[in-house]
Amino acid sequence: MNRFAPIALVATIALFLQGCAGWQSALDPKGPAASELAWLIWFFTGLCAAVWVLVMIALALPLMMRPRARVEPLVIDADADNRKLRVVLTAVGLTVVILVGLTLLSFFANRTLAAIGSHAALTIRVTGHQWWWEVRYEDATPSHILTTANEIHIPAGEPVRLLLTSTDVIHSFWVPSLSGKLDLIPGRMNVLDIKADKPGVYRGQCAEFCGAQHANMGTFIIAEPREKFDAWWNDQLEPAAAPMSDEAKTGENLFLKRPCVMCHKIGGTPAGGTVAPDLTHIASRQTLAAGTLTMSRGNLAAWIADPQGVKPGSHMPVVDLNGDELNAIVAYLEGLK
Amino acid sequence: MRCAVAVLFPVVLMLVACQREERDTRPQSALGSGEQPTPVTTLEPGGQRPSPTDNKAASFEANAFHLSEGKRLFGWFNCSGCHANGGGGMGPALMDEKWIYGSSMESIHATIRDGRPNGMPSFRDKIPDDQIWELAAFVRSLSGNAPSSAAPSRNDDMMAHPSENRMPNAATLGKSP
Repeated sequence: MNRFAPIALVATIALFLQGCAGWQSALDPKGPAASELAWLIWFFTGLCAAVWVLVMIALALPLMMRPRARVEPLVIDADADNRKLRVVLTAVGLTVVILVGLTLLSFFANRTLAAIGSHAALTIRVTGHQWWWEVRYEDATPSHILTTANEIHIPAGEPVRLLLTSTDVIHSFWVPSLSGKLDLIPGRMNVLDIKADKPGVYRGQCAEFCGAQHANMGTFIIAEPREKFDAWWNDQLEPAAAPMSDEAKTGENLFLKRPCVMCHKIGGTPAGGTVAPDLTHIASRQTLAAGTLTMSRGNLAAWIADPQGVKPGSHMPVVDLNGDELNAIVAYLEGLK
Repeated sequence: MRCAVAVLFPVVLMLVACQREERDTRPQSALGSGEQPTPVTTLEPGGQRPSPTDNKAASFEANAFHLSEGKRLFGWFNCSGCHANGGGGMGPALMDEKWIYGSSMESIHATIRDGRPNGMPSFRDKIPDDQIWELAAFVRSLSGNAPSSAAPSRNDDMMAHPSENRMPNAATLGKSP
């Protein structure tokens, strides 16, 4: 064999493993729940691989060994019979031990996962919609309750409790870098506890097929230091920024006059629709339409001009606007930091 | 060879079943919003007015996708605030066969778009024209005026009436066969 073949093999595997890193990977854990699960994945994979190799060796050995001298079929060979019995019993015993062991491991891993949120200070209600996420920060003071969409800010290093439900079909919340997935079921409340060890942005994805735009139903968990998180929460509670330029003022008027107002809410204006994402601080978010487009003036215009081209089947209708009206509305929304 | 044909022919026949109704998510015509005729009366000098060329009413009223979108919008835009789930409240009931302003798609479209005296608001410019057509189609289905093969088949909440595809057919209701 070529001397360099093993090196090439190792290099290739290392390259492939690089694909496991990133902001959305169960094999690149960034929180205690995901670490527990990643450890479980590797342990299961390793053990099952070892068992598979052993079984393959056990199968290959008799094929390669020279057949033993034939004994007389009528003579009772107590030794051989005993050996067969021992081998079968050992194999059955080992199988039972391994299965029970793995079951116990996943049981204890589940206990660890359940303990993460036992003293969570922050509760966030996540409601799945076709095809976006409604995010509501609960607070004892009603005026501190915050509703936003698609991006979930959390304080890093603190456990957070997510209450998951849905209004239309079953969705599933999955941020692989932080935890396992859990379904959002209409009329039911599921509880998922997450914790991010370090500040960072982790991508999540709907993991239960939920219709035409299931693939474009992304979410982002943005973990920040506590002070930054509190400042963000306070900023988001503010009503929308008043439009500064004439164009943006026209945009606000148009927004309130045209169909936008039937579904969307902008705090501080009469727009109070609750069936579509809250736009009070839309320009402070990093993406549009649940992770479909990055936030920019061009993308905002593209999304409003033809949502059915960007995300066919989404519930955002094509609204009849001329170029000036579109520009004005985009200018207004762009200022809602 | 004959065997292959015997297998392929039924397969091709079955593939036809995969054809489903196209979801027209961008039905807006160049005509835009608010340019549809509003027949408050059918009496006109000089014979009947020719029907509009894009004929929204016909293309929307027997289309399952548009009917179910209408049902969703009926809830979203809070029509139930006055009409309840068709049973009526502050506004008239929609699930009976009584029409104050006519039962045609065009009349219901005009009612939603321009409003009516005594409380029905005008949704002109507030709802894209195609969604008004969807709502009109759904309102007609509430009283059994939509084909049961296309009308919505599921109610998510408690309702005053059976799901729209099980409403008695308005054309034969109360008449002996």
